[in-house]
Amino acid sequence: MTEEVIFAGFGGQGVLSMGQILAYAGMMEGKEVCWMPSYGPEMRGGTANCNVIVSDEPIVSPIISTYDTVVALNQPSLDKFESRIKPGGTLIYETSTVTNPPTRTDIKVIPISANETALELGNQKVFNMVVLGAFLAERKTISDEGLEKGLKQALPERHHKLIPLNMTAFAKGKEFVK
Amino acid sequence: MNEHIIKDENLVYKKPSTLLDVPMHYCPGCGHGTVHKVLMEVIEEMGIASETIGVAPVGCSVFAYNYMNVDMQQAPHGRACAFGTGIKRVMPDRYVFTYQGDGDLAAIGTGETIHAASRGENILTIFINNGIYGMTSGQMAPTTLPGMKSTTSPRGRDVETMGYPLVITNLLAQLPGVAYLTRHSVHKVANVRRLKKAIMKGFEYQKQGLGYCLIEVVTNCPSNMKMSALAANEFVEQHMLPYYPLGDIKTPEEK
Amino acid sequence: MGEIRLMKGNEALAEAMIRVGCDAYFGYPITPQSEVLEYLSEQDPMSRTGMVILQAESEVAAINMVHGAAGCGKRVITTSSSPGISLMQEGISYMAAAEIPCVIANVIRGGPGLGTIQPSQSDYFQAVKGGGHGDYKLIVLAPSTVQEMVNHVKQGFELAEKYRTPVMLLADGAIGQMMEKVELFPQIPRKKDSELPQEWATTGRGDRKLRNFITSLNIQPEKMEEINLHLQEKYRTIEANEVQYEANNLEGAEYIFTGFGMGARICNKAAELGRAKGYKIGVIRPITLYPFPVAIYNDVASKVKGIFDVEMNAGQMVEDVKLAVSGKTRVEFYGRMGGMIPSPEEILENFEKIFIK
Ligand SMILES: Cc1ncc(C[n+]2csc(CCOP(=O)(O)OP(=O)(O)O)c2C)c(N)n1
Ligand code: SF4
Repeated sequence: MTEEVIFAGFGGQGVLSMGQILAYAGMMEGKEVCWMPSYGPEMRGGTANCNVIVSDEPIVSPIISTYDTVVALNQPSLDKFESRIKPGGTLIYETSTVTNPPTRTDIKVIPISANETALELGNQKVFNMVVLGAFLAERKTISDEGLEKGLKQALPERHHKLIPLNMTAFAKGKEFVK
Repeated sequence: MNEHIIKDENLVYKKPSTLLDVPMHYCPGCGHGTVHKVLMEVIEEMGIASETIGVAPVGCSVFAYNYMNVDMQQAPHGRACAFGTGIKRVMPDRYVFTYQGDGDLAAIGTGETIHAASRGENILTIFINNGIYGMTSGQMAPTTLPGMKSTTSPRGRDVETMGYPLVITNLLAQLPGVAYLTRHSVHKVANVRRLKKAIMKGFEYQKQGLGYCLIEVVTNCPSNMKMSALAANEFVEQHMLPYYPLGDIKTPEEK
Repeated sequence: MGEIRLMKGNEALAEAMIRVGCDAYFGYPITPQSEVLEYLSEQDPMSRTGMVILQAESEVAAINMVHGAAGCGKRVITTSSSPGISLMQEGISYMAAAEIPCVIANVIRGGPGLGTIQPSQSDYFQAVKGGGHGDYKLIVLAPSTVQEMVNHVKQGFELAEKYRTPVMLLADGAIGQMMEKVELFPQIPRKKDSELPQEWATTGRGDRKLRNFITSLNIQPEKMEEINLHLQEKYRTIEANEVQYEANNLEGAEYIFTGFGMGARICNKAAELGRAKGYKIGVIRPITLYPFPVAIYNDVASKVKGIFDVEMNAGQMVEDVKLAVSGKTRVEFYGRMGGMIPSPEEILENFEKIFIK
């Protein structure tokens, strides 16, 4: 199994941390993982993205140009990465920030409204967990327990009290995938 | 020869044991030799030669390690205070000094000097201000006096285009990390004695961990001033000292 | 097994310094390696091992602090990225000449000039061919994974101390920024003062009668030539004993893909894609850029139709590959510059364009 995914959106949407939680979770399940961020000033308010590779095999190249899954959390990211999804791959996108929906028909498209879900849960910060819920429901890269372990690794100790809320958000996110 | 007068009780002058018995390369009458000797006398008298590490600059005193029998490193031009910082940080119980000329300390190495001082590094700098670049044969130094001739200010230093002398020791006085700043000379015996006391204080303060100490020595460069040693010393007295007055600039009590 | 962690390359580099028993780190912030000093500051290595860290006022000061501290026989390291490494060159040359062991890591960004903060491999020449003034060499290790960032810190110090020479780790912004799983080696204790090398280090004279002094100055050309000859002899020994590379699928290969660091990993992926299309492709990745693995290139040269060298620069290591094969086979180059990273598909496509059709 190898999953090559890119999380892309605005800086501040938790794009980088989404990828990190996934990478930590993969590591906790004994898989090979690689997390590669875009970095630099563009992160400040502009677009941000990170590639994550989770695999049962050693990871040859951390640099990839096509993806099994694209998680696009704003319009520019959707526009940039839709064409780079491997045929038969998955596109997850956030409906509240996308006005021109994707057009490809050879991939599975999953619209989500993670913003709304996070608002309903009363904490915008769990947006990333809603997205991860949708992602893992479709791409069963790691188990739910693995994800919770990864979250514990990724979150500083002082935020561990928020883990139950995060896992609720994660469960809500899974509901987007039928 | 009157062999019988060569006795310890008749001895009026000797080299400290901390100075190696090799001829120095300095020009006759140059202040460097005198300062080397005073520095090594202090280290001998304080009994700290085995626990002292020195840093030689690039400049006429680049070969200081050939004369001083203490462990020494020779730094790139201007970087002695960075060396001193590196050494003192990993060997905090050693005495560390840097020995630098004015070009080294106040031109190319100004940044390293000011920042070592500002961090309050526990090191002692001996700063030889001879108003000129000695080693490279007489170019203008940051400390060259207004109107003073050098090979790169042949009509005299024009402050309009060449800027003013940098009185760096006074500048350093503002920095809270600095414990001791004092200005001396070696053009007269009495001055040499005062310098010796100051160097002793500098090491004492270092032992107490009071912060950065710098002792400026205003001196001559007979070769590049194109004067006899005596005339060069007179030049120091008449022209340099009014611009760089002797005495303490900052003491630990004022820190 | 050692402790496993998910770490950024820069953080792993910093953690490895503490664990290898470093006595001091001096550095100045620059993207994309600022996490090194940030991680160290957060960790407070003084409380963990007694290791000194200091943010210098410039890279010029940093490298000279390294010289001072390493001249006392201590384990000392600095890190920077391209423009900062340019500023350090005088100090590095002094250390090579005075035979001071230390480790310097360059997490390369795209140049020339202020350039970009995105990853690049354009400082190969600077690292491998000298960088500063004079006839000297650095041992240059090129990590390609976060794990190697850790391993090379340890190996770097072992080599530096074995040969009394500065060692450079030549990484790039991508390795510095990305996170991978790493296995950390257990803490190595810092050297005691009584273990410092009394033959040359300036530790304070102690019981020695005569001082130690460290200098790179020798006015007499005869003496200076002697020192040069001594250095060159040392470099020949290093060339004979310390070459490291990784090679795969050489058996029956018709083509060789080659590159270093991150470039080599992308090459490996491109080779995989190529093999899936039926091309017989092997891969050679130099781990030591100096000493360069000349022999393996020379060996394969007579057996293959060509070597395809891929780098994130305008073609630097390829010159050494050409020298190594001395005309025995065709050597072609593909590269991206200025912070651009070639993709595996792009590499394969260019390989086909050049060698196949
Ligand atoms: C990087 C660098 N730039 C320039 C020089 C040439 N240089 C050697 S000594 C010197 C000036 C030394 O003058 P000063 O520090 O006043 O010491 P003095 O010789 O007068 O004692 C210069 C410019 C050098 N060695 N290195
Ligand atoms: S050139 Fe000047 S400073 Fe240098 S040794 Fe001669 S007199 Fe002294």
